[in-house]
Amino acid sequence: MESNLLFQLIVNGVIVGTLYGVVAMCFVLIYKSTQVVNFAQGEFLLIGAWTCWWLVTSMALPFWIAFPLTFVFMLVFGIVLQMVVLRPLIGEPVISVIMVTIGLSIFFQAVMKSIFGVWAQPFPEIFPVKSVNVLGLQVQPAYLMSLVVSVVIMGLFAWFFKYSRMGLAMRATAFNQQVAQSLGISVKNVFAMAWAISAMVSALAGVVVGMVNGVSSALSFFGIKVFPAVIVGGLDSIVGAIIGGLIIGLLENLAEYADGQYLHLGNLYTVAPFYVLVIILMIKPYGLFGTKTIERV
Amino acid sequence: MAEPALKLDPSEILLSVNNIEVVYDDVILVLRGVSLDVPKGKIVTLLGPNGAGKSTTLKAISGLLGTEDGEVTRGNITFMGEDIANRAPEEIVRRGIFQVMEGRRIIEDMTVTENLRLGAFTRKDGGAAIRNDIDLVFNYFPRLKERTGLAGYLSGGEQQMLAIGRAMMARPKMILLDEPSMGLSPLLVKEVFGIIEKLCAETGVTILLVEQNARMALKIAEFGYIMESGKIVLDGPKDDLVNNEDVKEFYLGGDKERKSFKNLKSYKRRKRWL
Repeated sequence: MESNLLFQLIVNGVIVGTLYGVVAMCFVLIYKSTQVVNFAQGEFLLIGAWTCWWLVTSMALPFWIAFPLTFVFMLVFGIVLQMVVLRPLIGEPVISVIMVTIGLSIFFQAVMKSIFGVWAQPFPEIFPVKSVNVLGLQVQPAYLMSLVVSVVIMGLFAWFFKYSRMGLAMRATAFNQQVAQSLGISVKNVFAMAWAISAMVSALAGVVVGMVNGVSSALSFFGIKVFPAVIVGGLDSIVGAIIGGLIIGLLENLAEYADGQYLHLGNLYTVAPFYVLVIILMIKPYGLFGTKTIERV
Repeated sequence: MAEPALKLDPSEILLSVNNIEVVYDDVILVLRGVSLDVPKGKIVTLLGPNGAGKSTTLKAISGLLGTEDGEVTRGNITFMGEDIANRAPEEIVRRGIFQVMEGRRIIEDMTVTENLRLGAFTRKDGGAAIRNDIDLVFNYFPRLKERTGLAGYLSGGEQQMLAIGRAMMARPKMILLDEPSMGLSPLLVKEVFGIIEKLCAETGVTILLVEQNARMALKIAEFGYIMESGKIVLDGPKDDLVNNEDVKEFYLGGDKERKSFKNLKSYKRRKRWL
């Protein structure tokens, strides 16, 4: 029974971990191309989830229309955010920009609360809530979908950065902005694109989590959870972000197991990733895959 | 020097820099009235000592000045009859001027092919044409074809070849080359310069070449300009420059007696060390 529980938790860990990985990837995307540590990453999930929720409930749109619409909205949102708030800050000290993202985070949380209230709202049933049995394990269909979607997104990211023209341009910008400009790449467009993609993909994660846990401001906590994932993987590594996400997801669930079975401390689930964060920073300050020359803030 | 001494037919001129003044950070005056003309399909070299403002001139043309807080405050730069001073670098690349920056600046964490594909970033003519041009670059630089790893592991010479190849990928009308000989062995310099000459002859691309290695540069260029502390001090067809006594003395070296050491007052100091 107990080993079954352990196995179940590991599966949960992998599923949640891939979601962390996806959000971490979005975070790294912004960091790599614009050198901004985005503290408002969690709010992207929140805004995306609320938008989709509103489209599905208030506008009574079918999910398969609301979901792509949310994507389009977040794409525009990311571009506008970059153009209006962050573009004027290009060339300002990094710390100012980071402060602005903290401000944005608080601002968006407040706006979402004032529009949608402080209570968690359940998503209408899109997937059957009842868990399905996969190889003797109970898995929520929404989580199963999230796993598939996450893996697809990771594949798309890999393709995008390896083969697409814009992906190469983003890598060039991450390498050196002046070099990128000498090749005819508009750095401003790359920045806008980084924010847009990041907002869009984060929103997807937000919708998936919202479907399982309900939509509430707790979603933005995901943005904080992503920090250990990103730091473990190394701030500037996309692969590191995915692996970091998996590690944190697994760790959380294993901590829950250890806590529930033996330690009975309570809440180790939430804290464990941050303990690991501290330990990793002590042993490998640049994370598992990070570049040694990163300027840390 | 408002008027360049080179007498060129206006219809031949591709790029014309007219009496530009460049200021960095709003206060530092770097170029003080630089004028030069580059005829179509030719190699023109810009020579001069360190800090003369050669690279700054190139950056003023390519628009990269803006990325370093520099600005053209006076004069104009016309390319195919249109003023391009202080335009965004991406616009200038689109218009057909591609700068190969000093120190090669290839993207080290990408492969050779990825670097080449990035060179074609501004092109709209699709995958097949770009793949074709990658093969063309490999024709010019056969040794690049064998390198499948990351560009950061290439030797200095190969990196320089990659940087020039990347410029070719944009199919520019004009390439600005900033010190392609930097850090290369004499043999490699010869090879690279040979390819530059061939490139100009075969594709008709116009080249503005900034060099410290005046001897090599004057071998392949048709015209030359010599810059000193932010000004053009001498210009002319290659043969005039090669035979000019001052140029010989300061830039080409040679067997002649170095008559000017006395004037530079370095003789006395040297004596103290001996």
